[in-house]
Order: sequence, then C-alpha cells, then structure tokens
Amino acid sequence: MPHSGINVLFEGHNLVRLLGGLWTTVWIAALALVLGLSLGALLGALRTLKNPVLRLGLRLYLEFFRIVPTVVLLFLAYYLVPELFHVDSLPGSWMAVIAFGLWVAAEFSDIVRGALLSVPVHQRESGLALGMNRWQLFRYVLLPQALKLELPATINLATRVIKTTSLLMLISVMDVINIGQQIIEANNTTYRTGVFWVYGVIFIFYFVVDYPLSRWAQRLAAQQKV
Amino acid sequence: MKKIFKAIILSLGALLLALAPLATLARPAQAATNPSSVAAIKKRGTLRVAVFGDLKPYGWVNQDGKRVGYDVYLARRLAKDLGVKVKFIQVNANNRVDTLNANKADLVLANFTVTPERKQVVSFAKPYMKVSVGVVSKKAKPVTKVSQLKGQKLIVTKGTTAEQYFTQKQKQVQLLKFDSKTQQFNALKNGRATALADDNSYLYAWVKQHPKYTVGIKQLGASSYIAPGIKKGNTSLLKWTNREITKLNKEGFFAKDYNQELKPYFGSEVKPSDIILDK
Repeated sequence: MPHSGINVLFEGHNLVRLLGGLWTTVWIAALALVLGLSLGALLGALRTLKNPVLRLGLRLYLEFFRIVPTVVLLFLAYYLVPELFHVDSLPGSWMAVIAFGLWVAAEFSDIVRGALLSVPVHQRESGLALGMNRWQLFRYVLLPQALKLELPATINLATRVIKTTSLLMLISVMDVINIGQQIIEANNTTYRTGVFWVYGVIFIFYFVVDYPLSRWAQRLAAQQKV
Repeated sequence: MKKIFKAIILSLGALLLALAPLATLARPAQAATNPSSVAAIKKRGTLRVAVFGDLKPYGWVNQDGKRVGYDVYLARRLAKDLGVKVKFIQVNANNRVDTLNANKADLVLANFTVTPERKQVVSFAKPYMKVSVGVVSKKAKPVTKVSQLKGQKLIVTKGTTAEQYFTQKQKQVQLLKFDSKTQQFNALKNGRATALADDNSYLYAWVKQHPKYTVGIKQLGASSYIAPGIKKGNTSLLKWTNREITKLNKEGFFAKDYNQELKPYFGSEVKPSDIILDK
C-alpha cells in the first residue's frame, strides 16, 4: 500500500520530531509540577493557620486560578503581561512553566489543606500531650499522615497537568500536538488518512505517560482502604 | 444559597484583585526602547519572524523538520540582508496581531492579508503577494466568465471572501454553502454544482492534485494583498522593510521564491504573475 496513512510516520524525521514534541510536553509538565507542588505545600500549610487576612488572601489566590480557564492564564502570561508591563518576557515554554506552576500550586494548596485537616483530632491531641511544639507536631504527626492522604489526589492532578499541556500550542510552544499538526498539514494531500495515524500516535504517547501515574494512584487509594 | 452567594463574592473579589494592577497599567505608556527597531535587531543578532507552521506551501514544516514555504523563504532572505540570524515563532491566524503587540516577534510573515480592520492595529509594509477569488470547474466544461454561472449552482465555504463576493456582487448565482474545505471539494467532485469559488491561491494547489479540474476564472473582484505585518509605531523596521521589498522586486527575488516554493505545488496553468506583484 504505497499511500497508506501509516507511512506518514516514517517519512523523513517525522517520528523523531513527534518524540521531540513529547519531550517538550514532559519537561514543561515536570518542571511545573516541581514548582507548583513545593509552593502549593507551603501555601496549603499556611491555610490551616487561623490568621484571617492570610486565609482570605490565599483563598482568593486559589479561587482565581481555579476559576480562570488555563487557556486564559496562558494567554495572560504570554501576551498580555508583556504588553501591559513592557517587559521583555521569557520564552513561551518558561511562561508556560510559571503559569502552570501557579495553577498547580493553587490546586495543591487545597489538597494539602484538606489532608492536614482530615488527620484525626486525637492524633493532634496526643502529640500536644507528649509536649511537642507546633513545628514538631507538624513535622512528625500531621505531615506523614497527610502525605499518605493527599498522594492519590496529587497524582490525579499530575495527569491533568500533562494533558493540559496540549493548550501550549496557543502560545507558540512546539509541543507534541503542534508538531503533529505540522505533519498532518504538510502531508494531507499525499496521505489523506495520515491525520488518524498522527493523532493515534499522540494518543499512545499521552497514554504511555499518564497510565502508569493513574495506576499508581489507584494502587495507593486501594492500599489506604485496607 | 448563602454558600453560593459567598462563593460568587469571593470569586469576583479574586478576579478584581488580579485585574486591578493590569487596569492601572493599561494606558499606552511610551516604551523608551523598541525591541524591534532595526538597531535593536542588529544588536541582538536575530530577526524574530512569526510564521505559520501548517499552511502549505506558504509556511509549513517539511519531513526533515525544516521550515519552508513562500513566506519562510522571504523571512530567511530578510534576515540575511540584515546580517542577522532568523528565529521563527509559529503562530495561528488569530494570534498574529498579539504576537506583534506583545513584542514576541519583530515581523509577521504569515499570509497576512491587508484589511482596513487590521490596519487599525498593526502596520503593513509593502505587499509581496496578491490573492483574489477564483473559480474552479471541470476541464471538460470550463467556466471562464462569471456570466456562465447565471442561474447555476456554485459551491462556497461559509465565511470566505468568495462567499462575501458572490452574495454582494453576483446575486443571480445560486450558492451552495459548506462549513469546511473538505466538504466543499467533495461536493464539487460529486457533481453537486457547476463550479466552486474560493481564494485562488488555495485553488491552484488543489488543481495540482486534481488534474481533471481547472481554475477557469483566476481573478474576480479586487485583489487582496499579503504584506509583512509590523508593530504600530515601529517606523525604523517599517522603512527598512519597504526599501528591502522594493530592492527584492527589482532583482526578481519573488519570481525565484515562487519557482522554488510554490510552483511544485501549483497546477501547470498558473503563472508567477498570478501571485506575485510586478512592482
């Protein structure tokens, strides 16, 4: 079959280019997660404090990032901020890491807060009875138990971040979807069914990255029920 | 109820808080330095050009991952004449203007058609290509004049200049409207109408793949022009680009560009003068 669509994948460097795009997707998601999870953990812990001003501020931060669609966030970060503030901004991929990182931090702060609060009260009281100070209580009693509780939700968040990177093509980042479209358009007169193969491969790529994470989350959730 | 109300208040507050600093800065502050002036480009050593990555044969990426096309060929030449490297920024049709205004690119060479609305927000240099509405029909029964279409069915895609032209100027033609290019060409192949109208630059590439058809009418109505887009107020780059295009026209650069990047994808009846400008 000289014109079977699958051949589009093996022409020139097409497959290598797609893999390069996947790498862009993965490193941006990974860096955004590292940034977002560290910042989110801190913010989540702060949100359990009683200070009303702090709580309101953090709550507003969370609501903002939760309500505003990621597309709009990326657009704001990439086009509007540089235009309004007249700054020569970072390249698209770094703006993406920052925008995604802030979004992850917001979502994660809520997961952390929920997990810390759901550690049973008697655990906290036993700690206090042992004469632990606030930091020790946090470090040795609350954190280890909260970590276990928040892990499945965190992994779900990670898979969502990886999938959402498909929006990056809007801000000129050459991610796997963007490169896939280049290949489709360059070949759509010679390989009419190429579009299915290219998107098929992209589907497999996302699956290979996301499925192990999803399985891991399931396993952890199952362990917790025991 | 109370909870919902509280949530709404909270989210509105959050939005306001986030937008407030933007609003105060929204007035058009005069930037002291223009990162896209000719001097700034030379100092940086790179010309940043916004191009399409999926519009074959104008701006696309070949199987080796190299950017090619009529627009890209011009971009490489401009960078060469400035004595700098070229850096491509891939854009979509609807973020070409923002890319300029946010200083992400110095120049847009992405099949950017000059329109009065766009002129309000960006500056256009001298055009380097023209397009107009064309009509494609069977080679065996070619339509070469609009009068042949009187009372006949004609296929168009919604939202195109072709649709606009026939609705406003040729009311005696029956239009058969479709949503996408794929649909409209299938309808033509299935013999649902006498002819099909669309941008001629697009039809030329299509007849290359379908030799039984011909672009019988190459130009209808006024031509639109494709020109480099430059941020408003960037006079130094605008002047340079205008001079450069005049120079390139004199040395016949665009014919070379046409022969290398467009000819292989166009039907044999198309001549360079159907696309490029003489002066």
